[in-house]
Amino acid sequence: MLWDALTLQLGYNATLVAIGATLLGISAGVTGTFLFLRKRALVSDAISHATLPGVCLGFMVLVALGGDGRNLIGLLAGSAVSAWVGLLCMNWLTRHTRLAEDAAIGAILSVFFGLGIVLLTVIQTMGVGRQAGLEGFLLGSTAGMLWADALVIAIGGAATLLLVMIIRRPMTMVAFDPEYAAARGLPVHRIDLAMMGLVMAVTVVGLKIVGLILIVALLIIPPVTARFWTDRSDRVVLLAGLAGGLAGYLGAAMSASAPNLPTGPIIVLVSFGFFALSLLLAPVRGVLAAILRQLRFQRRVHIRQGLLALAQGQKIYEPLTLRLLRRTGLARADGVATDTGKARAAKALRDEKRWEIVRADQMQEATAALYDGLRDIETVLTHDQIAEIDRQIGGPQEVPA
Amino acid sequence: MSGEEFVPLSLTPLLIGTFAAIACALPGNFLVLRKQALIGDAISHVVLPGIVVAFLLTGTISTWPMILGAAGAAVVAVVLIEAVRRLGQIEAGAAMGVVFTTMFAAGVLLLEQTDTSTVHLDVEHALYGNLESLIWLDAVGWSSVLDPVALAGLPPELPRIALTLLGVSVFVWLFWRPLKISTFDEGFARTIGVRTGVLGMALVITAAIAAVAAFDAVGSIIVIAMFICPPAAARMMTNRLETQIAWSIIFAILSAVSGYVLAGYGPLWLGAADAVSAAGMIATMSGLILAFAALWGPCRTRAGAPGPA
Repeated sequence: MLWDALTLQLGYNATLVAIGATLLGISAGVTGTFLFLRKRALVSDAISHATLPGVCLGFMVLVALGGDGRNLIGLLAGSAVSAWVGLLCMNWLTRHTRLAEDAAIGAILSVFFGLGIVLLTVIQTMGVGRQAGLEGFLLGSTAGMLWADALVIAIGGAATLLLVMIIRRPMTMVAFDPEYAAARGLPVHRIDLAMMGLVMAVTVVGLKIVGLILIVALLIIPPVTARFWTDRSDRVVLLAGLAGGLAGYLGAAMSASAPNLPTGPIIVLVSFGFFALSLLLAPVRGVLAAILRQLRFQRRVHIRQGLLALAQGQKIYEPLTLRLLRRTGLARADGVATDTGKARAAKALRDEKRWEIVRADQMQEATAALYDGLRDIETVLTHDQIAEIDRQIGGPQEVPA
Repeated sequence: MSGEEFVPLSLTPLLIGTFAAIACALPGNFLVLRKQALIGDAISHVVLPGIVVAFLLTGTISTWPMILGAAGAAVVAVVLIEAVRRLGQIEAGAAMGVVFTTMFAAGVLLLEQTDTSTVHLDVEHALYGNLESLIWLDAVGWSSVLDPVALAGLPPELPRIALTLLGVSVFVWLFWRPLKISTFDEGFARTIGVRTGVLGMALVITAAIAAVAAFDAVGSIIVIAMFICPPAAARMMTNRLETQIAWSIIFAILSAVSGYVLAGYGPLWLGAADAVSAAGMIATMSGLILAFAALWGPCRTRAGAPGPA
């Protein structure tokens, strides 16, 4: 069943939804990346909630004009207008009053959403029997998706993607260093507004599939996921698009394969699955990699300290140090050094002494700064320099018993 | 309007709305100043999975499991946000966005998967509550306010939210000095021995309790609005924290009362037959108050600080 869904064999509606969700995921992931890099991820929450009054007003206008209230283009146009108004209000609040951005986001979000709910109840009491479906915009409803709806979503998604590609350079610059961008003569404020406009476009396009509460997830989770894997912004954009598209496709397919699996939440959960995997497994920034790095570091410190103790004839009490020395064949079970162990220990002690001399020498200040108790001195000094230091230390001495 | 009509039908929702608004606005003052305003937003989203899980475990819609579930979900969310932020080295806003949207999605999915057709549990209810239905049927007029028999029939949300308001006020009153100092200068607070980490957590938990109790009565939309709008509007009126809190309480009461009255009677004045959502109207009124404060408030700009680039 799931396989049928994945290969788009599950009928017309499921195929439409899957394609739409994939396109939406790609454009949301790509657009969201800039928002995330700009550290304004939650602005999308305000924008998406601000669409609700527009949807309701759009419906009312359509009905008042005698048309069908559920015309998707009309409703989306209404939602775009109110999201834009919300966005401008939020920008005005942060630029012209003392409110911080988070308070402005929260204020716009709750007030616009509250107004939307008032309008929803007004529509319910208008006595037109056609309001069914407006609640669907809260959480998305893909059940009755039409060809025309899918077309709107596809064209909207593709247009957003194209626009992002055109202005991605200025947006990247503003995201990383707005002051520098301003100094280069870029209109930072307008680029920010363009970025928000693109986010708004994605939100509006996604209303039908995932709904206004969950579209935020598609804008935030894929970029965060992608960020784990690379430090290059163009690759983050690509990977975020990929993660978003894949989540959209898999989520739509899974929700079509069984009853009672609403599309929007499933897409979000698949997306979160990718995030959780990345959090754990990503090569440098992942949790597993960090744990391994920590363990390797711990191992080096223990072996080094163990060798120094051996060289000075001290007894080792720390069980982990003993175990590590034994496992690397540097010491026997009773804590006595093997031949290799003795050689390595003598070398460690001599290196310590060499470092001591380097650190006492003010001429070598830059080199001395590299001392951390673990670094091999051969990696920072030449053979000649080491030989010079060794002349100051003198020949090998006997270890005190 | 006579007491016979007002007391049973409007007095209790009005009081519940007002208490909920104040209970959220009080901690909201500190959250707004600490730039943690969106905690309220995150908490109100994760309440949904909390109550669904509580329903799955107990099989009934009863109040205490629901409240415990919601509070548990709020704590889980706060811990998860912190974990994602630290483990993944992700900026706080994005970490919040990842966690609360996922938990909300999980809540919606659980709700769809379980058979809730026999009980009244749905997303819309969670979002905008049912303030209008919290009526006091045992009351016959103003005399009932002193009548113990009628008082026993009060909707249970009223004493609950009143108790929460009391708890929140006591928290703010007891910890006033440390809260104030650590909000404005965390480093200084730490040097004089305030345990800022614990205090910050306590503030978030207090906010969560207020949010859950208010949510139970009025839905999550009022919760977010009241956490942010009255304190933000009060911030435009003054530079003193004491005065700001007083203003925020005034604004909270004003939006609750005017919102309820406009929702209940406004459409009738305009000639329509039915009332509109009180929760939505209260949020809208708080937004209008914020707009007025932002346009004409005496302290609306960043005094002393240079304007944004």
